[in-house]
Amino acid sequence: MHQSFLQYRGKRYLWWALSLCFVAVLAYAWHQPVSPPNGGTWLGYTLGTIGALLILWLTALGVRKRSYQSAVGTVQGWVSAHVYLGLALIVVATLHTGFQFGWNVHTLAYVLMMTVIVSGLFGVVMYLRFPERLSANRSSQTREQMLQEIADLDQRALRIAANLPAEFAEAIASNRDRTRIGGTVLDILRGRDRSQVSLAGDDGVLQVVPNPAQEHMLEWLGRQLSRSTDAERTRRIDELVNLMASRRSLLRRVIEDARIAGWLQVWLYVHVPITFALLGSLIAHVVSVFLYW
Amino acid sequence: MNNTNKVQIAIVGAGPGGLSAAARAAELGVSHVLFEQSPAHANTIQKYQKGKHVMAEPNVLPLRSPLRFEAGTREAILDEWARGLDKHAVNIRYGSEVTSISGSRPDFTLKLKSGEEYHAETVIFAIGMQGNPRRLGIPGEDLPCVQNTLDDPGEYSGEVIVVVGAGDAAIENAVALAKQNTVFILNRSAEFARVKEGNLNLILKSVEEGKLGCYYNAACVSLTAMPGADRPYTLVINTDNGEAVVPCNRVIARIGAIPPRKFVESCGIRFPSPDPAALPVLNERYESAVPGLYVIGALAGYPLIKQAMNQGYEVVEYALGREVEPADEPLLAKKFANLPFRKSVSETLALMQQRIPLFTEVNSLVFRELLLGSAVHVPAKGEAIFRKNDYTNSFYTIVEGTVEIELGAEGGPSRRIPLGAGQFFGEMSLLSGRRRSGTVYAGANCVLIESPRRDILKLMNSADSVRKVIDQLFIARAIQTGFAPGVPFDQLNSIAARAELKRYRKGETLFAEGDEADRLILIRSGSVSVSRRIGEHDVVISYVAAGNYVGEMGLLGKTRRNATVRATVPTEAVSLDATAFEELLVRNPALRAELETTMQKRFASNARMRGSDESGDLISFLIKQGLGEATDLLLIDETLCVGCDNCETACAETHGGTSRLDRAAGPTFANVHVPTSCRHCEDPHCMRECPPDAIRRAPNGEVYIQDNCIGCGNCERNCPYGVIHMAYAPAPKPGLASWLLFGAGSGPGDAHAGAHHGHAAHGAADGKPKAPKKAVKCDMCKDQSGGPACVRACPTGAALRVSPEAFVEFISESAVGR
Ligand SMILES: Cc1cc2nc3c(=O)[nH]c(=O)nc-3n(C[C@H](O)[C@H](O)[C@H](O)COP(=O)(O)OP(=O)(O)OC[C@H]3O[C@@H](n4cnc5c(N)ncnc54)[C@H](O)[C@@H]3O)c2cc1C
Ligand code: HEM
Ligand code: SF4
Ligand code: SF4
Repeated sequence: MHQSFLQYRGKRYLWWALSLCFVAVLAYAWHQPVSPPNGGTWLGYTLGTIGALLILWLTALGVRKRSYQSAVGTVQGWVSAHVYLGLALIVVATLHTGFQFGWNVHTLAYVLMMTVIVSGLFGVVMYLRFPERLSANRSSQTREQMLQEIADLDQRALRIAANLPAEFAEAIASNRDRTRIGGTVLDILRGRDRSQVSLAGDDGVLQVVPNPAQEHMLEWLGRQLSRSTDAERTRRIDELVNLMASRRSLLRRVIEDARIAGWLQVWLYVHVPITFALLGSLIAHVVSVFLYW
Repeated sequence: MNNTNKVQIAIVGAGPGGLSAAARAAELGVSHVLFEQSPAHANTIQKYQKGKHVMAEPNVLPLRSPLRFEAGTREAILDEWARGLDKHAVNIRYGSEVTSISGSRPDFTLKLKSGEEYHAETVIFAIGMQGNPRRLGIPGEDLPCVQNTLDDPGEYSGEVIVVVGAGDAAIENAVALAKQNTVFILNRSAEFARVKEGNLNLILKSVEEGKLGCYYNAACVSLTAMPGADRPYTLVINTDNGEAVVPCNRVIARIGAIPPRKFVESCGIRFPSPDPAALPVLNERYESAVPGLYVIGALAGYPLIKQAMNQGYEVVEYALGREVEPADEPLLAKKFANLPFRKSVSETLALMQQRIPLFTEVNSLVFRELLLGSAVHVPAKGEAIFRKNDYTNSFYTIVEGTVEIELGAEGGPSRRIPLGAGQFFGEMSLLSGRRRSGTVYAGANCVLIESPRRDILKLMNSADSVRKVIDQLFIARAIQTGFAPGVPFDQLNSIAARAELKRYRKGETLFAEGDEADRLILIRSGSVSVSRRIGEHDVVISYVAAGNYVGEMGLLGKTRRNATVRATVPTEAVSLDATAFEELLVRNPALRAELETTMQKRFASNARMRGSDESGDLISFLIKQGLGEATDLLLIDETLCVGCDNCETACAETHGGTSRLDRAAGPTFANVHVPTSCRHCEDPHCMRECPPDAIRRAPNGEVYIQDNCIGCGNCERNCPYGVIHMAYAPAPKPGLASWLLFGAGSGPGDAHAGAHHGHAAHGAADGKPKAPKKAVKCDMCKDQSGGPACVRACPTGAALRVSPEAFVEFISESAVGR
């Protein structure tokens, strides 16, 4: 009853794209130009025109996507066609070049186009691969809810720490304040946890140490627990351990959420800007062809 | 003294109705007194949120009152009325709660709480529907630290506050106050039952996290002032662990209100039925069964301020024995303008009542009110009144001429059943909330009254005769459509008379696996789940929506139920016993074969569903999310959703800048995510208690809110799925589209394109919005040409909308498909 954009309408656009490639290849094989195949023959012009129009239309997805009132198909249908016809462009444009490459504006346009296409392909792979994981990792919570829960955990921990020696409160508070998720794009995509915590050593001196996945925090609490001789104190520290363990798994989920969301988006930061570069070089390509003809 | 305690007209309750009545009496120089229990006038309006914009709906109704009233802020209106009271020198007694009214014209005795007694020739009763807040019932309950309302939680800080009560209001107040105060909440029982799920989670979480204290099984014992102490008051409470003493600054009692019904009945005013929604029996002059005792305003069933004020004026005229043309007369005259006959308004009304047996016994005041809400149609011959599968739910009565109802399966043979003057139709959708089961065409010279669902339900609640007739006919027609097409009506009446109409609570069992199978059940409204015991567990195998039947297996010769059927939401069902069924078989021999086919189909689909345990769990999950009453559910397939929020952006862009959907919020099960978005319920909870009846259902099923919303927030509270919120239109949307906008710049439909499609009311530039907050919710893009924008904007096909017809297919597909 409902399908992904790749299955859309029985893969109708896949068949369109294949037909386009088929016709292009057939024409190319059949065509015997005087000079070696290039953009200047009648077939070259035809393929070039088709390719340029395709690129314009592919770019138009960005417009359609934001025309929320538009009733021209659905965005899903557009994306389905975009993906398949975008891939067909590889064949159309490559045949258009007649495999003549060089250090010129024409090849620049080709390379940019291929970059856009490859990034698009990469995006599709991300779209197929990640959504399920994103959902499983969220398990019915939004990122805001997870962050809120972490904040709540910290508050509870602070309340418990209030009845323990001061270094506990310091540890919990610094753990809260020095939690660093995010950072550079790379950090996000790698799911790095750059959190730190300031812990009192055996000599009572505070030291800031890295605390990825709450490791040092938990280790420190474990050490305090093993040294505790007072039943009430042990109970409190134990509660802190539980809270920090929950904190660890929540934090992991937040980081994972940001990581997956990052992968689902990052390719668009290549795809779209290069599209504009491509449009520029495409214009240069066309203009120069007509000028120097 | 005794002399001054005798007046011509006593008015009880200084709300809009009572104020207007008293002002009219004062204007006429009639001796009068107006009693108000609270220390200020118009207590209900005083309790509105600060600065609330009060609306003057219905706009078309002219105001007739010595007091002025037009849309404006709560404060401006209250001031205006206060000036009016002064100007007319109204004799108002504040802090005077009337506790009993006895006698009849011309000698009533009114007793006040203070013990004072008054005598009056006539009494006008205008105490509204808010009721009196329940009091603590302990020594010290009158101390100034006790309050029943909370305007602004931010007003208090650093205090110790005890909130008494366990309802939504108590929880919301307690949690809000806990931000800046030490708060204890006192619950009389061991848990928080009967609160919204969101509030339940909120309070349990807050208690668990130690944000506020909670006493369960606790009762207040006494409250004493402790001048000079750290905390100025001490509340003693009784708990499981004995008595506890809580020093505090403030006690907020949110223990509900006592509905005024009992008090009203004790004065001799009668109600037609025990239903809490029933309205008092009144004649067309607002006079109750007690001569000289009049009832107006919200208590009489008129939920808006302007209506109450007009009645205040009219009722004084009536009480003085004078005639007055009701203020709504021109409205009715306009409605009747295109009728093929020329008669005065009251003659037309009388004629209608006389021609339509259903309305003959209804009191003329109620009938008049019904017509005010209704439309009068004079359709051309052959015009379709409504079409099969429309989602409209209004009710039609035929004043003149005929109509033809076309029934029958799509593509199959259809039959046309004629109906004549005095008959009615449309009751099926009215009662079940489901699509229309047939198309209705106007005959020659046809005159119809179309009444909105709410007004008819109100009428059914207050006039038993109407309820009985509609119920009976519903059953007969349901049997006819469901089991005996082609069998004339009169032959079905005996069967219909034996059928039983039953109401089931949510979760109640209609029949259980292993029970004797002796009846066939037709679901009239709501829906049911079908489950079987498999091993230790009850596994849901199917879901049956209103308009279908269950239990047919039993009547076909199998004697024990092989499944349990439970109501998923409050459900009404008609059950037919074996004898009635035998009789049906005689009338329609083909029925047996038909039922057998249905049965086979069900077997097949049940078997498909049983293919995996997951499908059963998925149905249970979706039922919890409102599947049982949804007509359209927005789901997100989490195997496809990339989290781009284009759906939300699309919603905001097509609806004046505010998204009505929160994609990320809401639960997920087996990769099916139910975002926070309207279910378009069959019997929408939000429609109840909407004073201007602003929430409507469009022919395609969309439940939407009209512009005459007064922003009271009732619907927001009543929706169990938390999908309505109050918003200024259009609100700027912060950052939502930020990442989507990179590079590409602003395309068409971008940025603020939504603004000029939004409502007329804009927030003013100075940050102080002039327009009121109104309720907003999903309207399923009924005004968009391509259908729901969220679905159309989803790049991967993850967002989809499912109707009840498609649920089963969807579930078996998504559970088996992976
Ligand atoms: C939040 C909210 C917002 C609303 N917004 C609007 C709006 O914008 N526009 C609109 O038209 N309508 C609105 N309404 C509806 C409107 O408030 C009511 O229709 C209207 O107040 C009814 O007037 P009334 O005179 O019948 O009763 P009420 O206004 O309820 O007045 C009854 C009065 O009687 C007093 N009383 C009760 N019992 C006794 C007793 N035993 N002895 C003495 N006095 C007694 C009460 O203290 C009260 O002052 C809103 C309602 C709510 C709850
Ligand atoms: C030269 C060829 C192409 C051009 C010019 C192009 C251009 C664009 C543009 C402008 C967008 C809109 C982005 C936005 O506004 O958010 C887009 C989106 C997209 N493109 Fe391409 N594209 C090309 C080829 C491809 C190919 C070959 C694929 C896949 C194999 C692809 C996959 C996608 C996908 C999946 C989206 C995102 C849809 C969404 O999530 O909204 N593109 N592309
Ligand atoms: S707003 Fe809530 S109650 Fe009203 S139809 Fe939608 S889901 Fe149902
Ligand atoms: S739509 Fe909601 S807020 Fe608006 S008047 Fe109706 S119940 Fe009140």
